[in-house]
Amino acid sequence: MSLNYALLNERTIPKNETKLKTEKVNLFYGAFQALRTISLDIPKQSITAIIGPSGCGKSSFLRLFNRMNDLIIEARVDGAVAIDDINIYDRDIDVVELRKRVGMVFQKPNPFPISVFENVAFGPKRHGKTNRSELEGIVERSLRQAALWDEVKDKLGQSALALSGGQQQRLCIARVLAVEPEVILMDEPCSALDPIATLKIEDLMRSLSDDYTIVIVTHNMQQAARVSDMAAFLMMEEDRAGTLVEYGPTSQLFTNPKDKRTEDYITGRFG
Amino acid sequence: MEIRTTFRKRLRDIQDELLAMGSMVEKALSRSVEALKNRDLKLANQIIADDQKINKKRFDIEETCIQLIATQQPMAGDLRTLISVLNIVSELERIGDHAEGIAKIVVMIGDEPPLKPLIDIPRMTEKTVDMLHRSLDAFLNCDENTAKSIATEDDEVDQLYNQVYRELVSYMVEDPKTITRATRLLWVAHNLERCADRVTNICERIVFTVTGKMYEINVSRY
Repeated sequence: MSLNYALLNERTIPKNETKLKTEKVNLFYGAFQALRTISLDIPKQSITAIIGPSGCGKSSFLRLFNRMNDLIIEARVDGAVAIDDINIYDRDIDVVELRKRVGMVFQKPNPFPISVFENVAFGPKRHGKTNRSELEGIVERSLRQAALWDEVKDKLGQSALALSGGQQQRLCIARVLAVEPEVILMDEPCSALDPIATLKIEDLMRSLSDDYTIVIVTHNMQQAARVSDMAAFLMMEEDRAGTLVEYGPTSQLFTNPKDKRTEDYITGRFG
Repeated sequence: MEIRTTFRKRLRDIQDELLAMGSMVEKALSRSVEALKNRDLKLANQIIADDQKINKKRFDIEETCIQLIATQQPMAGDLRTLISVLNIVSELERIGDHAEGIAKIVVMIGDEPPLKPLIDIPRMTEKTVDMLHRSLDAFLNCDENTAKSIATEDDEVDQLYNQVYRELVSYMVEDPKTITRATRLLWVAHNLERCADRVTNICERIVFTVTGKMYEINVSRY
């Protein structure tokens, strides 16, 4: 579904540019089709939420954008998935470089069992940065962007595992930001967090969307409604392949969905 | 660290929009009686045309409230604020209609000679506009006590209305030729009296926003 930019709230989405695009994408795990002909334009510097019942292919869809599905044996993609109009499934795409541009945050905070500082410096070091003062600058900037600096600036040398769950998740976001991505994928980033930590992450997502394109998968429909600019509703067909039912501005999808199946899902009539 | 900053900002934006609408309505009401005093048909027609802007503002604010309720899951005081805004914009829109109604009466009167100098009608207007203005301030400041006291001031407007009514009826009894003109002025006064009742309703919503309790503060006799 291509975007009708006229429907977007200009205050929340400043740039009328498409950052991510899928065109008639099919995803197979062996003989099983997980996604069927999904076409979607995701606007730059915005938050797009993918919602839908369990097993409808939300996470599979999200993992198309950094080719995480490549890690699954027998996974096969056809159709085009583009970032800035370049098909990331072309043969000459460097997947390591792609994953630097497209960062990912997972369901459970997964800091490395090393210090707070080293967690954030890990990515830049892997990409060849070794200068200590440069790394210090990157770590501070990333932690500030992740709204965590004030809470950890005096304990950068301590183990990241000593932080609270919410802080750990913001540390993981800082770790993603440290390699200066353009896109951040979030797969249920708050499902292991308490409500206040969840709201803090949501605030953080909003402020990050000024600079980054964020795509979030969430089971929590209320979270999708609260935080996103655009929302896509996926559903399983009879053969369990996920298809796109509806895509549009969040304010419209949650107040006046066009498809009855979306209405039934968001009003809790099925799912 | 303040949380839900975007939501809080949007809530403040809605309150600003409500104040802007309130000021449009205040202006419409004051000017409608000004048009009556000065027999200013141009102004009256302008008020009639501008009512569309007030109506649009009401729908815009309602839509934003619905979006926030649907997407932000407001709770407790935030929820009560949004529900109250939905009620208050509806009261404001109706006050705008009363102003438009007065402007239509002005057009109807045209260049008929005045029945009498207008004294109590401008007083009713001044009082009602003042109550409206202060009620919206009280909403913004979550000031329950001021809201309750404004609602009791509706009695003053009722008394003025009663005075106007008695005076106009005496004109009609004395000289039936004045009936048409007197009736029109009575309509104007009735519109103003209803406006003050609507301010009382706004005050009830302020009390609800602050305390969560819904009850009538001052039941009008008219």
